[in-house]
Amino acid sequence: MATPTIDAPRSGKIDVKYNRRRGGKGNFEMVAWLFMRLSGVVLVVLIFGHLFVNLMVGDGIHAIDFGFVAGKWASPFWQIWDLLMLWLAMLHGTNGVRTIINDYAERNATRMTLKTVLYIATVVIIVLGTLVIFTFDPCPAGAVTDLPSFCTAK
Amino acid sequence: MWSWVGHRITGVVIFFFLLVHVLDTSLVRVSPEAYTAVIGAYKNPVMGLGEAGLVAAIVFHAFNGLRIVAIDFWKKGNKYQARLLWSVLILWVVVMVPFLIRHLSIVFGGH
Repeated sequence: MATPTIDAPRSGKIDVKYNRRRGGKGNFEMVAWLFMRLSGVVLVVLIFGHLFVNLMVGDGIHAIDFGFVAGKWASPFWQIWDLLMLWLAMLHGTNGVRTIINDYAERNATRMTLKTVLYIATVVIIVLGTLVIFTFDPCPAGAVTDLPSFCTAK
Repeated sequence: MWSWVGHRITGVVIFFFLLVHVLDTSLVRVSPEAYTAVIGAYKNPVMGLGEAGLVAAIVFHAFNGLRIVAIDFWKKGNKYQARLLWSVLILWVVVMVPFLIRHLSIVFGGH
């Protein structure tokens, strides 16, 4: 059976000499390339830890409810862990999807539209997630169910 | 080439899950009831299988990403890239087998 091959994006369509832009863009692409590798290594640790603590320990996914999250975010350790994970994962993922859009969306207008949607989604999710982590109240007034055990001490 | 295709596909899948996951977690700011109700959806067996697939994608993306770092920064990385890919696949199995046994027994076990 012949193995199918998948050509590099846009190969054969644009002469190589037009693929390289000279100057003007600074070293943003190099910084982005480096960021992917550095954030990737950190994310392996953060996400493996996240999955282990939330899915493997105790009752696994069955233990997850409001009280579980409240218990974790009562400690600055998990607040910082989740905050780092949020920012690094969102920036890493956004840059990855940006690369894919640049590779496959060939019309200028399509590329701009997709990237605009992407960047709006990124900003909304990062701002929302950050606010949630820092404005979170583990014992909200009026709530009765699924509260962490330490709320009753109030 | 296939590791490159796999890396892109798993990356996009993980990114879209991440968007949803931040939104569902944000419900803790709405009310305990809202969060617990929505997170309850993650506990049914169909979603359990979806989570297994998601973790499979994450583990592949993680190990293959470390392979890319090795290829880019380690002098002999290029020479050993094929062997590194086999290591990625072996490590993937080594991590996924215990994960699946534990997670699926939690998901399908009587609770």
